Order: sequence, then structure tokens, then C-alpha cells
Amino acid sequence: MKECVAMLLAGGQGSRLYALTQNIAKPAVPYGGKYRIIDFPLSNCANSGIDTVGVLTQYQPLELNEYIGNGKPWDLDRLDGGVHVLPPYQKASGSDWYLGTANAICQNIAFIDRYDPQYVLVLSGDHIYKMDYRKMLDVHKASEADCTISVMKVPMEEASRFGIMNADENGVIYEFEEKPKNPKSDLASMGIYVFSWSVLREYLLRDDANSESDHDFGKNIIPAMLNDGKKMQAYAFEGYWKDVGTIASLWDANMDLLNPSHPFDVWSKENRIYSRPLSLPPHYISATAEVQNSLITEGSQVYGSVDTSVLFGGAYVEEGAEVSYSLLLPGARVKKGAKVMYSIIAGNSVVEEGACIGGTPEDSESIDDWGIAVVGPNLTVGKNAVIKANAMIYDNVQEGEVKC
Amino acid sequence: MLTHDTLGIVFANMHEQSVMDMTQERSMASLPFGGRYRLVDFPLSAFVHAGISQVGIVTKSNYQSLMDHIGTGRDWDLARRKGISFLSPYSYTSSEGNMVFHGRIEAIYAIRDFIEHAPCEYVVLSDSDHVCSPDIEDIVNFHIRNKADVTMVCRDPDPDPDNVSNSIAVKVGDDNRITDIMFNRYSEDYLQSINIMVVGRLKLLELVEEASSHAKTMFERDILLANLDTLKVCAYRCSGYVRRITGLKSYYKVSLELNDPEVTAQLFGSQVIYTKVHDSPPVRYSIGCSVKDSFVADGCTIEGTVENCVLFRDVTVEKGAVVRNSVLMQNTFVGKGAELDCVVSDKDVTVSEGKKLSGDSEYPLYIKKKSVV
Repeated sequence: MKECVAMLLAGGQGSRLYALTQNIAKPAVPYGGKYRIIDFPLSNCANSGIDTVGVLTQYQPLELNEYIGNGKPWDLDRLDGGVHVLPPYQKASGSDWYLGTANAICQNIAFIDRYDPQYVLVLSGDHIYKMDYRKMLDVHKASEADCTISVMKVPMEEASRFGIMNADENGVIYEFEEKPKNPKSDLASMGIYVFSWSVLREYLLRDDANSESDHDFGKNIIPAMLNDGKKMQAYAFEGYWKDVGTIASLWDANMDLLNPSHPFDVWSKENRIYSRPLSLPPHYISATAEVQNSLITEGSQVYGSVDTSVLFGGAYVEEGAEVSYSLLLPGARVKKGAKVMYSIIAGNSVVEEGACIGGTPEDSESIDDWGIAVVGPNLTVGKNAVIKANAMIYDNVQEGEVKC
Repeated sequence: MLTHDTLGIVFANMHEQSVMDMTQERSMASLPFGGRYRLVDFPLSAFVHAGISQVGIVTKSNYQSLMDHIGTGRDWDLARRKGISFLSPYSYTSSEGNMVFHGRIEAIYAIRDFIEHAPCEYVVLSDSDHVCSPDIEDIVNFHIRNKADVTMVCRDPDPDPDNVSNSIAVKVGDDNRITDIMFNRYSEDYLQSINIMVVGRLKLLELVEEASSHAKTMFERDILLANLDTLKVCAYRCSGYVRRITGLKSYYKVSLELNDPEVTAQLFGSQVIYTKVHDSPPVRYSIGCSVKDSFVADGCTIEGTVENCVLFRDVTVEKGAVVRNSVLMQNTFVGKGAELDCVVSDKDVTVSEGKKLSGDSEYPLYIKKKSVV
């Protein structure tokens, strides 16, 4: 028997990451030089003493499955429990894809029952944060809640972008509004839930029987529990938390790491974030290189200029190349004289000599047209090609071509 | 992948008297090198790339840091049913009481049970004093092709006197066969051994049993040189990047060679060098830092100036500090405005604000583990 089992929702396509999630699931998207998004919830579990984690996969799972492997990097290769990848499977009475977040858990009731837990922690695979789930669990137990939802304060003017929890002075939630036009509170749901398993189990089965339902936690399960007067507790989280579901927010979250006054400390040894290692040699900064305000990791080689950027494992910047305000994902290469600004160059893509990718907000005709340029994985951007700000590149770009 | 089952044996302590300062509290095999490695990573990775899955590590003393480094062997993919075995300082009982081995013959004799029980045809023996990435598969196949009794892996001779001391030179005749073995001497007609050998498993047991019963200790002298006419001893010429660590000076010199991209391409390009995983975050280069020509491991924080250096994991160089031509091991802290030139700092060294330390490129300044300057 386990006190708490974590279920990590990792099946989403992450369609708003476009070219970055063509072949991989969103939780496998690289972040912060040597991490992937899923390292955060997995490391948080490991650091919170939760040793049984089910990872629900559906969309493009191959790379994610290989990455998780036996769970060793997160200390989740356990005799009893550990990390388990849970794709949809065939059952005696028919089978189906995961139809929604709640349905994904519902289809794995048998997995959870094997551990007979008192509590189930439901996590998302698209958030960057460090959190001790034990504290949340303590609040859940102390308040004798049926469900505890992690919330954080957001600026009131942004509140209408989130699921907003209206709670009384004791943190008891009496109302939930998904993206309200006129928000009554600034407490946004972080998509992290603790449920008492017996209660959740019942609601999952009931939801499953309802053919009208979207089988979604936010849309169906939480409102149903509120309607029935179940005790819903808000757990106020203070600290860094970022949803990296869009290109802009993914880029922002990486740039946050370069801001010296930013509170998010990936580096502290306390609650360290673990990742599967690449076994690459240390990186090399040559005599011709110029490096300022950047994060650089193993296997990279820098001969050109790198400013306010994040270089992932094995990234290569040739002499005379300029990289600024950009992310070079693992194995990306920027050749001589090429210029990369406000861009994300995905894994193993090559920017040939003299190409120019992305642009500064100042150079854009209108700030509404500006955005991060993205070159998808395993592509070549030909010599002297130009890729404008905000462009999304899915295919090879020929020499001299201009892409908007 | 090798077609014959082969056992790997690493001698962890051989040659460490030559780098005395740095091996006071560690074995030669666990000497940190190249930002994130220890010397033992080179033979272990070479074994693994050849498909060798059973490895014994012969230790004698100061092996705590080595055991900590190797752990279960998982990071080298050696956490297998018969994966990595620590052959702890086998004291063996003789008529003179409990003894710890002296020399390679006694060391092998002490682990003869381990070798007897290994289901392998060949044994590759390696010390851990060389920085190289040899192709073990090619070496074993050479051994088989030449029908050799023993194959010694050799390099072109290097006249550097530092390299000659404690070195073994071999003269190679027809059919790759060694006709003479010389100790501590340089000759341009001789190749130098890099202390990696291949022997048939049963042959090794037979040779060591025989030598041991005659109280012999030195493998190369008492077994190989003494029997060159009856044993077929061959030399395999290793052509890639090979450097020997013979003391502080060569350690320093070889370390800084890592700032040559051609060297790193040879050393790390042909096969991955595995090492213990530490989960250090990427290196943070802050606004106003200046870094040139340096090999930097994860976990460092650089605010000052760094030129021509090798920085191990978790090194901090604070604002205004200037570090040149130096090798700083794990967790070295260089305070504001401090200046270092031609320094080798061991692990956990703190150089306080404003201190100035310098050695010479021919005689680098070594700072002992955990020192506070």
C-alpha cells in the first residue's frame, strides 16, 4: 500500500508549440539547457518522497518513453512502485484512446488500485516549477478535504486567462470559473490536484458513464464535486510557476533563467532538478568566442558570439556567427556569419552560412507582428536565407529563400 | 563488437607514486581529469565500447573515492549480471601471514579465482595512467590474428624525460613481434608501452602461476622480457591521441591540451567517454564576464575573466577575478578580484577575495584539496 500515487498527464499534443511538437510529446520538449519539461514534475515527485508515478502517454510517445526509461535519473527505479508509462490499452470490453484528462485516469483505475493509495496526486506535464508536494498533501489532510487544488496569485488583469478559484478566508473553494470575463479573485488553478482516492474513484466512474461529458478535470470533475458540496481546499503556492504551452511562454521561461534578479533557482542543490544525461564532454569556448549572459551546457562549442541565449547539449556556434536572445536546442548548429535573434532552433537543425533568422521587436513594423522565430528539428536553413520574426519553419529552407 | 567473450581488468593504483600530491587521498584511477572525468573512465569506456561487459577493478589503497565514483557501474552500462567487480585490496594469506600484493604478478595472482571463474577467452589488462580512447575491439582482433600469447599496446616514442621515467619501451621486429623490452629509457627505435595488454585467459593464469611460484613480481620484466624467445609477445601500435600522466607537470600540460579542438575531437569524437552523472545545471555566464579558450564543465558560475583554463564542475569565478592558464577542479571557488595564473587547484579549494597566486607553465602551483587560501 502507498499513501500517495502521482498520475502525470503527459499525453497532450501541445499543438501551440507547433514545429517543436511535431514528433514529440510536449513533456519531452527541451528546457533550460539540459532539461526536458517532464524533469520538473518527476524531480518534484522524487524530492517529495513520492515513489510511485504513472505517466499517461498518448501523443507521439516514443522519445518520451525512451527518455523516462526505467526512471533511474529521478531515483524512480523502485522494487515496489517507481515510474510506469501508461498508454491506452485494449480491454476485454472494448478500448479507446484517452478521451480527456479524467478519462485517462479513469482508464487506469486498475493501476492505481494496485497500490491501494489513500491519495492521488494529479500533475500536468507542461509546467516549470519546483514544489514540495508533501506540503500540499499535509494541507489536504489537515483540512480533511476531498480535493485540494494548488493555486497561485496572478495579476488581476491576467486572471481572465486562467481557471479562477473563488475561496473563502479558510481557503475553502466555493466556486470555480474557467477563464472568467470578470474574475472575482486572483487565485489561478495550477492544474495540480490532490484527491482522496475513494472520492475521485467514484467521480471518475460516474463521469465515465456520462456520455455528454468531456471527461476533463477542469470542465467536469471539479464542477461536479463542487456541485455536490464536496470539500474543496485551495493550497496557495508561492514561488515560480510557468505554463510553457506556447512558443512565447517557452521562450520566456528560458529567458527567466538568464535574469539575475529572477527568483527561480534551478541551480540550488535543494530540490534539485534531475535529467537523463547525455554523456557529452564539457563545452568549449574558443579564443574567438564572445559570451555574455548565457547558459551553456555539455558538448557545446562556441567560436562566435553568444549573448543572452541558452545553448543545449552539443550546440555549435561557428566563428563569426551571432546568436542573441535565442535557444539552440540539442545539436543545433549555426554556421559562419549566420545571425540568429529571438529564435528557437530545434534539435540538430543547421543554419547555413550567412542566413539570418528572427528579428528584434524594435525592427518589426508593428509589435503585433513580432514574435519568436522557430526552426523545427532536423532541418537545414540554406545559405543566406532569411527567416523573419514570428515565422514557424516546418521544412528545409533553400539557399537565399525568404520566409515570413 | 568483439566476437569472443573478453574480460577487462583495470589496475587502479599502478603508477600513482609519480603524481604523489594528487593521489594522497585517491587512487590513480580516480584522479580527476578533463572537467568531469576521472582517469578510470578512459579504460572503462574503451572496454564498454568494445562490448566487454565484465570488468574487474584491482585496488590496493585509497580506493574510497574510486568506489564512490564507480558505484554500481550503471553510468558505464556495467550494472549487469556479471558487470563490474571491485577486487578490493586482496590481502592474501601466505606463509608470511597476510600480505598485500606488490607488483602486477602478485596482484593478478591474488585475483586468480576471479579470472578462473570468468567465462571469457581473453583478458584485457589496463592501467589508468593514460589519457586515450583506444579501440579495444581492434586490439583484441589484432591479438587473435597474430596468434600472440601477449599483446602490448604501444605508441610512438616520446623523448620528453618526464615521459621516459617509469616507462617501458619495446623493440618490434617482423610480424609485429617484440624482440626487446627496456625500462626507463628512450630510444627512437623503440615504441613506448601504454600499459594496456591482451592475454588469453588460460595463458594468463598459467604465466602468473608459474611466475608467482618463483617469487617474481614484475610482469613485464619477469614474465615478458625473460621469455621473449618462447612467448610470442606482439606490439599493437595505437595511433590516436595518447598522453601519459606522470606527475603534476604532465597532468597540467595534458589538461590544457583539451583547449585544442583537434585533441577533443580525437579523444571524445570516436567513442563517448562515460562518467559518473552529477546532475549539475548548465554553466551560467553572467553579464560582464570574459571567457576565452576554455573547457568548462556543467555547474560553473562565471562572472570574471577566464582564459586558457579547464574548469571542472561547480567552479565559481566571481566578478573581477582573473583566472589564466589554470586547471580548477570540482567546486573550486575564486573570490572577487582574485588572480590565478598557472595553478592546479584540487577539489573544494577556496581562493579568497583579492588573493594572487601564480606558478609557472613548467612548474604549476598545486593547491591541495579543501585548502582555503
